[in-house]
Amino acid sequence: MAHIDLGVDENEFPGVRGLMKYRPVTGKPMMELAETLLRGPLSLPMADRELIAAYVSGLNECTFCCSAHSAFAAALLDEGMSLVDQVRADLDSAPVSARLRALLHIAGAVQRSGREVTPELVATARAEGATDEEIHDTVLIAAAFCMVNRYVDGLGTFAPSDPKYYDEAARRVIDAGYRNMV
Amino acid sequence: MLRDRLRSQESDPIAYIDLGVDEAELPGIRGPLRFRPETGQPLLELVEVLLRGPHPLAPGERELIAAYVSGRNECTYCCSAHSAYAAAQLDEGMTLVDQVRADPDNAPISAKLRALLHIAGAVQVSGREVTPELVATARAEGATDLEIHDTVLIAAAFCMFNRYVDGLGTQPATAPGWYAQASERIVSAGYRRVV
Repeated sequence: MAHIDLGVDENEFPGVRGLMKYRPVTGKPMMELAETLLRGPLSLPMADRELIAAYVSGLNECTFCCSAHSAFAAALLDEGMSLVDQVRADLDSAPVSARLRALLHIAGAVQRSGREVTPELVATARAEGATDEEIHDTVLIAAAFCMVNRYVDGLGTFAPSDPKYYDEAARRVIDAGYRNMV
Repeated sequence: MLRDRLRSQESDPIAYIDLGVDEAELPGIRGPLRFRPETGQPLLELVEVLLRGPHPLAPGERELIAAYVSGRNECTYCCSAHSAYAAAQLDEGMTLVDQVRADPDNAPISAKLRALLHIAGAVQVSGREVTPELVATARAEGATDLEIHDTVLIAAAFCMFNRYVDGLGTQPATAPGWYAQASERIVSAGYRRVV
């Protein structure tokens, strides 16, 4: 299934999870980065951070990451998957705060290229109340998913089609975090 | 551009956020790594393992993949830095780095490294651009699963680093000899202590 022999049952360890098991020496700092960015004590709410991850992964058409982080965001948001779907389908009309919309526009620019982030996009986010830390964290979350999406698809890993897989993964990640993903 | 106008009015370089550092002393990724050490530490650990850890590909070859991808992403800081780090660890030096960046198909490198660079170039566009044919070609030229894996992850990681550096509007180094001095430190002491 994957382009290389990961030495795992890919049904049990699909997507990035098989890769973390295949190469723990790179998997460990990647999981540490994910834990800090998505669940660490930052000022952006965890749900917003997962939404940024899902949005960027959708733009990169990475089925595994987009399904997983959409489920994780939905589990953390009061409005659940309907809000995730609205943000992914049409950011400008989705019912999110002006601040989060401005940060998602920055994330969308990062997805195309770091050079697409303009002073105007940053000024808009700041005018809506985003702090330097929140702008930083948005750029790094978006950039990190441009890595993880390429890693997952570049090695041709398996993505389950059953939404139940991602709902169960969401429960595990919310309970135990990213460090214990594999 | 607004940014250029703003720059011309200020004596110091300005990233999009206040990194709290002297950006001339800490250009490129170094400012953001210092700004957010809790993410900086795993990022440096990842790059240390990928580019300098024990591996069948020599550090100079892995730096060449980093420089090649950073050039394609037009990230001036990362491309300048990793070109210098590659040149410092390759017998053919910067001449070979320039040849690979200009035209990998005709650069004097092994068929295996060329096939791996083609995979890296696909990853730079999208993970979905890596085809079974690109992987089969690399394997036919002797690339192992581990070399294919690390090539994909190095290329993917630089798609992150390049976006981090440019997405925050950081500046490349301007001091003469900065990249050469940085490469001496990287080659002797590694990435974990760059900030």
